[in-house]
Amino acid sequence: MGRIELRGINKFFGKNHVLRDLDLTIDDGEFMTLLGPSGCGKTTTLRVVAGLEKPQSGTIRVDGKEVVNAAEYYFAPPSKRNLNLVFQSYALWPHMTVFKNVAFGLTVKKLPSSEVKRRVAQALERMQIASFSERYPSELSGGQQQRVAIARAIVSEPKLLLLDEPLSNLDAKLRIDMRSELKRLHQELGTTVIYVTHDQVEALTMSTKIAIFFDGRLAQVAPPMEVYNNPADLRVADFIGNPRINLIPGRAKRDGDTVRVRSDLGALTFQVKNFIDMNWTDEEFDCTLGIRPEQIAIAQTEPSAYLTAGKVYSSMPAGSETLIQIQAGTSNLLAKEIGISPYETEQTIYLNIDPRKINLFDTVSKKLIKKSVNK
Amino acid sequence: MKNPRYSKARRIKNILVDIFTNPFNIMVALATVTLAYLIIVPLIEMITTTFTVSQSDIRRIPGAETGDFTWFYWQRLFFSQLSQSFLYVPLRNSLIIGFSVSAIGILLGSFFAWLIVRTDIPGKKILSVMAIVPYMLPSWCKSLAWLTVFKNERVGGSAGFLSSIGVTTPDWLAYGPVAIILVLSLHYYAYSYLLVSAALRSVNSELEEMGEIIGAGKVRILREITFPLVLPAVLSSFILTFSKSIGTFGVPAFLGMKTNFYTLSTMLYASIKQRNTNIGFAMSLVLILFATITVYFNQRAIGSRKSYATIGGKGSRSTLVALGGAKYPILISLIVFIGFAVIMPLLILLFQTFMLKTGDYSLSNFTSHYWIGSPDPMIFENEPGVFKNPLFWQSVRNTLRLVFVTAILATLCGQLLGYIASRGRGTFFGRLIEQMTFVPYLIPSIAFGAIYLSMFSAPHWFVPSLYGTFALLVLVSVVKHLPFSSRAGVSNMLQIGVELEEAATVEGASFPMRLRTIVFPLSKAGFMSGFMLIFISIMKELDLIILIITPKLGTLPYMAYSYANGNFPQFSNVIAVIMFAIVLLVYLIAIKISDADLSSGMGG
Repeated sequence: MGRIELRGINKFFGKNHVLRDLDLTIDDGEFMTLLGPSGCGKTTTLRVVAGLEKPQSGTIRVDGKEVVNAAEYYFAPPSKRNLNLVFQSYALWPHMTVFKNVAFGLTVKKLPSSEVKRRVAQALERMQIASFSERYPSELSGGQQQRVAIARAIVSEPKLLLLDEPLSNLDAKLRIDMRSELKRLHQELGTTVIYVTHDQVEALTMSTKIAIFFDGRLAQVAPPMEVYNNPADLRVADFIGNPRINLIPGRAKRDGDTVRVRSDLGALTFQVKNFIDMNWTDEEFDCTLGIRPEQIAIAQTEPSAYLTAGKVYSSMPAGSETLIQIQAGTSNLLAKEIGISPYETEQTIYLNIDPRKINLFDTVSKKLIKKSVNK
Repeated sequence: MKNPRYSKARRIKNILVDIFTNPFNIMVALATVTLAYLIIVPLIEMITTTFTVSQSDIRRIPGAETGDFTWFYWQRLFFSQLSQSFLYVPLRNSLIIGFSVSAIGILLGSFFAWLIVRTDIPGKKILSVMAIVPYMLPSWCKSLAWLTVFKNERVGGSAGFLSSIGVTTPDWLAYGPVAIILVLSLHYYAYSYLLVSAALRSVNSELEEMGEIIGAGKVRILREITFPLVLPAVLSSFILTFSKSIGTFGVPAFLGMKTNFYTLSTMLYASIKQRNTNIGFAMSLVLILFATITVYFNQRAIGSRKSYATIGGKGSRSTLVALGGAKYPILISLIVFIGFAVIMPLLILLFQTFMLKTGDYSLSNFTSHYWIGSPDPMIFENEPGVFKNPLFWQSVRNTLRLVFVTAILATLCGQLLGYIASRGRGTFFGRLIEQMTFVPYLIPSIAFGAIYLSMFSAPHWFVPSLYGTFALLVLVSVVKHLPFSSRAGVSNMLQIGVELEEAATVEGASFPMRLRTIVFPLSKAGFMSGFMLIFISIMKELDLIILIITPKLGTLPYMAYSYANGNFPQFSNVIAVIMFAIVLLVYLIAIKISDADLSSGMGG
């Protein structure tokens, strides 16, 4: 119930190639987030799945049943795909009450009115908006409208729920509340969810899997923590994580079972077994170190062993955490510590980084070459 | 192929099924065919007529037979001894009138719009209603009022008000270009007023305040910030005013024809009335050409700037410009202007309906005969007062029937075409339909009536002869008003988000169901304003139907025109006053029950 397979999807808008050879499988019950900067094709993918756009090539199967076969110009209408959609703008019909908005799809399906009433009441109850059922959308707050839109989408009990940046119009506090509520809803309903967002925190916190898009292509499909720990390439690494990952240029050379990397952080040694299979040569090559801000350990007094010394460029305490901008050699580094840490500008500090957690990227191909490992 | 299960047969079948079962495609196909038949075919017939020998001219063209190809009419129009008086002089007159009216109308209209929208002038509400009152009185009624005041002895009949009190009005003021330009300007400034005030309302005043912070003066802000922002609206109103005023018939007919001052439109009317249809059509084509050139240059001038209005559209905050010491002088001159341009013509018309003989201002001359009098052999050939005249009631019925049927049909078509054009934006058919609906805009009303007359006075293809039928009046009025109604439709449909429809698609609602439950309920307000615009326009319509109409189908404007032509000024004034009252009433009701906006659908 609810396994979606997209194969070789290409979509053009005029000359604009929006989706390029897209292959994506979404398993039953998954919370798949399509993540990427604006204009990367994630919303288009959602609309192709929903049946609101016709791709120029490729197939889509839902539970093994073909719903799109572009070569044969076969596109099942949206209503035949057993899915529902929550629009970014909510798209609530302004001339219908909350009840009518939610009931519309059921009345189209000609369900008996007692059944319609029961199911609408249930959906409204679930979204905690039962008391607004006779109001018009314009009489509701943004958060309440959002709930109506979700109620409208789940009332028909679809196998697949599509959400197009549903939280982008809410204020910051409400967004966090709705995040947990959506996650909860997914677990309760057990439906497959495809969720489009450009907000990486939403993606990381809610999904079971994330598909990252750049320029109409998939860059990586993986569970959220995998995306965070081992971004497939430099672009993903740079895009995921807030504050951003530190990317430091270095030179790498293999030496037996180890790889030595020289950079502004000094000399680091990595185990070859932690590298992704690659063609090794004896040449030294350009690499980029990817270091998450929280991986940098700072000592204020000189410890017995440390990687490199640096200077505090500026310190930004924010209560729950402190961000420290560090100058090490010609590189700038951002470090993050939990709690309030008092640092002074220009203070000399000593940095330590566990080499096992560092990501290494090939600077030329931009691909990840060394994963971070916990042990 | 990559996909082994690919089947060409299935692909073709699916494509065909998609094309033929998609109601939107069917709608597009129907609209394309209908518009082509009602707009493009007439235009082509008009062009071919000018190259075809007609029966009445066989003797003039040696060796020719009816239906032969000929350059005769074009040669006659452009290169004969008659060309000066047939074409060049009237064309020059039309262009002079067109440019002058546009210039004066835009200046007046934009200035009013700025005063009323952007300054702190008092009494805005009443001023804004007064400003569009001229639009509600047919322009040729204003020329009647003009004659009532300025008429001199030159054309016979009784003299106007000024002559009767001993002031002899010079000919150049009483008739001809000056009179026509002034009367038309006082009419058409309403277009600029409506369009520019709509544009001004959408300009965010923060843009102007920014200028103020930088230290620019009021005049400079107006010139360098506000004006460029509303320039697209100004240019739109220029096309509208120009094409209307070079094509208009009523005013130059009343104020020019009797003194042999012809414009292309009155010349065209005269030619067609004298059965010189071919020449008449050739003249129409010249008019259409000039209207097209204007639109073309305008589109180029506006170009990408069109988007300005929407960029500023977000700003809802609007601080007003303080007029300071100039406030009351400006207000007073505005009131004086409105008094002259709006109130006076109306009062003169009304006043004259109570005068037994025109030009006699003694108390004993006052009478209610023209309103409610029984037939009297002593007064105007036994003609009864308007309310006692069965012809009047028949005209009222005809008019209301025509106006309601046409306004509803035109608005409905406009909304549907607007739907197609807005949803099909960027597609070939969307553009085609948008452009086809624009064509009637370029064809002067008189010429448009003439083509329909020649096309439908005999059975044409599958359409039976429609001459003398109500259906022909409706048809010509609906098609001629399509540019307005479909523009109103487009702007209305663009306001209904595509996502609202998609949400219904996802729920499984079919296309007719989406139209019924989502699109139509949401377009009600826009429907009303489109309806209003067309209602008022058809209520006053004379140019379009003057050639087609038969006495049995006579409308109020036609009746008033016939009276005026037969030198029964009081009677025609009574009817003009009644027409005005109806239009004003409908307008007031419409703004009361919905926030109908006259300017939507006007934008060229």
